[in-house]
Amino acid sequence: MSVFGKAGAFLAGTSGADRVVPPTGFTARLTVFTAAAMAFLAVFALALSLATDRLATRWSEALARTATIRISAPPEQAAQQLTNTLTVLETTPGVAEARPLGNAERMALLEPWFGPDLPLDALRIPELIEVVETEEGVDVAGLRARLAGEAPGAVYDDHTRWREPLVHAAERLRMLGLLSLGLISAATAAMITLAAQAALAANERVIAALRLIGALDTYIARAFVRRFTLRALVGAATGTALGMAAIALLPSADAEGGFLTGLSLTGTSWLLPLAIPPIAAIVAFAATRYAAFRQLRKTT
Amino acid sequence: MIELNDVAYSYGNGTLLGDVTLHLAPGSFHFLTGPSGAGKSTLLKLCYMELLPTSGQLSIFGRDVKSMSRDDVARTRRRIGVVHQDCQFLDHLPLTENLAMPLAVTGRDAAPEDQNLKELMAWVGLSSRADALPPQLSGGERQRAALARAVIMDPEIVLADEPTGNVDWEMSLRLLQLLVELNRMGKTILVATHDLNLIRAAKTQVSARVLRIAGGTLSLAGAEL
Repeated sequence: MSVFGKAGAFLAGTSGADRVVPPTGFTARLTVFTAAAMAFLAVFALALSLATDRLATRWSEALARTATIRISAPPEQAAQQLTNTLTVLETTPGVAEARPLGNAERMALLEPWFGPDLPLDALRIPELIEVVETEEGVDVAGLRARLAGEAPGAVYDDHTRWREPLVHAAERLRMLGLLSLGLISAATAAMITLAAQAALAANERVIAALRLIGALDTYIARAFVRRFTLRALVGAATGTALGMAAIALLPSADAEGGFLTGLSLTGTSWLLPLAIPPIAAIVAFAATRYAAFRQLRKTT
Repeated sequence: MIELNDVAYSYGNGTLLGDVTLHLAPGSFHFLTGPSGAGKSTLLKLCYMELLPTSGQLSIFGRDVKSMSRDDVARTRRRIGVVHQDCQFLDHLPLTENLAMPLAVTGRDAAPEDQNLKELMAWVGLSSRADALPPQLSGGERQRAALARAVIMDPEIVLADEPTGNVDWEMSLRLLQLLVELNRMGKTILVATHDLNLIRAAKTQVSARVLRIAGGTLSLAGAEL
């Protein structure tokens, strides 16, 4: 029988083993509620982790292959240095495209700070060249050395000092998301272990009676383990469904909203939360089995 | 079948049983008597391994209990039917399911309509109480039900701890009759009781050895029986 077949047979249960444990109200509700709450939080932690992963990738890729050359030169030399710089770039391996920004583009860059009526002619604004690199990239040190000779006012900026802190922050957030998932799993295991121990202690007499009529430890443990595994599965499925619904109701990603609106799941990543209920069931299975065998060792 | 050689058992600082030697041969019938607190129940618990000796050697079906794993202990208990003083039922299950529980734990579910189960219920006179929960049964009914559960696995040995402790004389004789029938079927019987009248009644029907436990030692009972 396959693993899935065994899991299915285990969850379907056997009439005898399932009925030996009296019905319990408190531990059942506690387990279902804990699993639901933890699954709900896990969906958000997962969404956070995936969103930051996308963000880190986007920031990294968007800025990694581009650079800007700023030419700060006296007005009478600016045009010549711009021409020299473009000539240098044309003969530089690794440069796919080099394009000087026009007045309108430079005004657009400054507009957030100075407004739309900026008198560009009256200001000395550096010339800007947008450089797009090929896959192989540019020998930055060599390019800087050539620019220093041909256009002393040109400064090559590959965005590293902007990009690295952003990517670093996004990676930290992703790690925090994953850490949260780990903590949620551990907390779920701890809560279910406590609930299972309470149920086992309350049924000490039943366990002793079963041992005395010849029940193996595995038979007794199975009755408890199956019950708690099912409760965790049902609770986690409910919590996951609610969490996914809440995520679906978040505003969709847009440029203005930036990170927060990008928290929603996208494409096939909607499938990932579906793994939470089975994982919760596996955690409950392991936690209850551990608690059951520990309790059983106290009986003869 | 069950052999105790110089077996001692201590609770904390006190010794309850000291150097007890007892061999239960196949098909034999033993009574174990003695004052309250003398160790009758303890000796029975040793015989089905609810307790383990603090010294000496205890062998059951030829195996030293010290060499048994927990699973071995469970499997060995299936060959020993026990009537506990407090019956040890699962109170949330009806009588038929309680009686069938020893079968269920071995993976052999017995439905209430199972013929053997019906015959067993009839044998102990509880056919009409099949759906009753244990707390709804009288003392005598509980003891008879406990006896039925003890024999449902067709054990080789039946141990009974004060099976007539909470029942009237008429019911005591009925329970005794059931135990005698089991012995005639070849079962080894060990009954712990302080009821000397029951022992006297039994000796008119079956050849039984009467053992007396007192002061931590075991001896054959005297002429008073």
